[in-house]
Amino acid sequence: MEKNKTRFRGIASGLTKNKRRNLLLSMIAIIALTVFLHFTEQGATVGSYEVRVLNLCAVYAVLALSMNLINGFTGQFSLGTAGFMAIGAYTTSLLIMPVSVKAKVFYLEPIVPWLENVHWEGNFGLFGALLVAGLITAVAAFIIGFPVLRLKGDYLAIATLGFSEIIRIVFTNTQSVTNGSTGIKSIPNTANIWWTFGVMAFFVVFMLRLMKTSYGRAFKCIRDDEVAAESMGISLFKHKMLSFVISGFMAGVGGGLMASVLGAITPLLFRFILAYDILLIVVLGGMGSITGSIVGAFLITTAKEWLRWLDAGFNIGPIKVPQIAGLRMVVFSALLMLVILFYRRGLFGNKEFSWDGMFRLIKNAPKRVAAWFKPKPKGGGAK
Amino acid sequence: MSVLKTEGATMRFGGVTAVDNLNIHIENNEIVAIIGPNGAGKTTAFNMITGVYKPTSGQVLYQKPNSGNAAMENITGKRPDLIAGLGIARTFQNIRLFKEQSVLDNVLIANHVRLKNGFFSAMLHWPFYYKSEREMRERSMVLLESVGLADHANELATSLPYGLQRRLEIARALATQPQLLLLDEPAAGMNPKETEDLTQFVAQIRDDFQLTVLLIEHHMQIVMDISDRIYVLDYGKTIAHGSPAEIQGNPDVITAYLGVEEE
Repeated sequence: MEKNKTRFRGIASGLTKNKRRNLLLSMIAIIALTVFLHFTEQGATVGSYEVRVLNLCAVYAVLALSMNLINGFTGQFSLGTAGFMAIGAYTTSLLIMPVSVKAKVFYLEPIVPWLENVHWEGNFGLFGALLVAGLITAVAAFIIGFPVLRLKGDYLAIATLGFSEIIRIVFTNTQSVTNGSTGIKSIPNTANIWWTFGVMAFFVVFMLRLMKTSYGRAFKCIRDDEVAAESMGISLFKHKMLSFVISGFMAGVGGGLMASVLGAITPLLFRFILAYDILLIVVLGGMGSITGSIVGAFLITTAKEWLRWLDAGFNIGPIKVPQIAGLRMVVFSALLMLVILFYRRGLFGNKEFSWDGMFRLIKNAPKRVAAWFKPKPKGGGAK
Repeated sequence: MSVLKTEGATMRFGGVTAVDNLNIHIENNEIVAIIGPNGAGKTTAFNMITGVYKPTSGQVLYQKPNSGNAAMENITGKRPDLIAGLGIARTFQNIRLFKEQSVLDNVLIANHVRLKNGFFSAMLHWPFYYKSEREMRERSMVLLESVGLADHANELATSLPYGLQRRLEIARALATQPQLLLLDEPAAGMNPKETEDLTQFVAQIRDDFQLTVLLIEHHMQIVMDISDRIYVLDYGKTIAHGSPAEIQGNPDVITAYLGVEEE
């Protein structure tokens, strides 16, 4: 019996022989990333344009995680992310902007008195602002969740999209709080690369941990089979709401970070197109994969920037391709379709990165490549 | 002591009366079977008991475990998750496992209903959550061992052969620590050997877990072997009720199953 018990533990905790090696590799990777971030922050590795792209990558990773939680892990097709980001972005901006700048930005109509003299300075200010942004967004998600989470599938998508647009329209029309359609400029760029990568790392750990708890498992069961989940005693509404609120919190923080990285926001930035951009990352990376969302965010954000040369006109040997605005997006879409054709469930499916998995991949790579070139055995020859 | 009782439970879908005036009662530790031809309303009866459907009229009464001689609780039309919390677990006619997850995870999640830790203590991995997580894992593994699935714990649920998937579904229902277990055609699609195993298995879990079992089944052999009492439904109506021997000799039942002999 005793022997049996230890065997259970072994299976239950999924112990691997290579645990030590993996821990070492993870530590090396984290240290390497930290060193890279340090030198990048000092301006020693890449230029300011690349830093900006890296910042955006990390912010998009946070947003993708937010959307993946509700769409990929809980299986609720929600497209309200853009609206939630808007709430977070405006909250953060209004909290961290200096008083004098506010007076300048709100020139059409003065800002409401209760926001006029609010200025949360520096890193502590940004921390508080992001926290408040997340909480306010979570509350908004909670309120919106009551009507919309009774819906399923396409209907839920349309309802959340609708609420997202409502939020945007409200922000366009509350001139004295959000400065209306003119938007807000000169938002302090407090969020440097430490901030964006730090927040991303925090949410990655958060999600990994969440998915290991009983609540995370409940989310996945709701995704797999609602009827069975409910008969097993999982309250559908409670867990969908929990997932929706956490997702809202993350979207709010992500939106706030984005505002500080970009330095200027307008309501037009938060159109539903933004939600699709994030959905694209989630689907490409893999619904239900944390690794997938991160890799997807970095791939898509950098690819969009890197492909800019296509718009400017170029030469392929003797053929001169003229300047075509939007050619970048055509090629980008074609690439996406290729990826989806070969990886139907996204790059990672619902799997996560692991060192063991990577070593297996490397070990099997020659065999796989060989299989590509090996002539296929003739199927019997009978016709 | 009755565990479950329905009083005139009726379910209508538009003009169709799927279940008409169902009056069943199940005593503690019994195995009761509901049989009947296709479309007789057996699964609808299950769905009324487990809260998937709210009966058009009538009541479902339930005696909570360890409630002594307290009056039976009216659970008519309660939400399925609340009913599961009260100690009624079920399986499905067409297996509904959590496909993307391992065998162990399928059973683990059924422990969620008994979890006393809130979300924040789970996220912060506070010691008492860690303890209950470990307990859940150990309980699940012991349960898997007792149904003979421990060696498959880390496999994907859908990679199991059909008979084992059925078993896993029963194990998952058992993990919610039920008092009353509802089995919806557990032997559907099984070969004779698997069917025989299952018959023993159901009788064994009844004794091991001190369960009361309500079962829907087409395989007459299982029904006759293990049930204490049988209800026969036809077109939503209860046409017979009694011990296996009584049912076998009942002319109404024979008519319902084999049709009327033409004069």
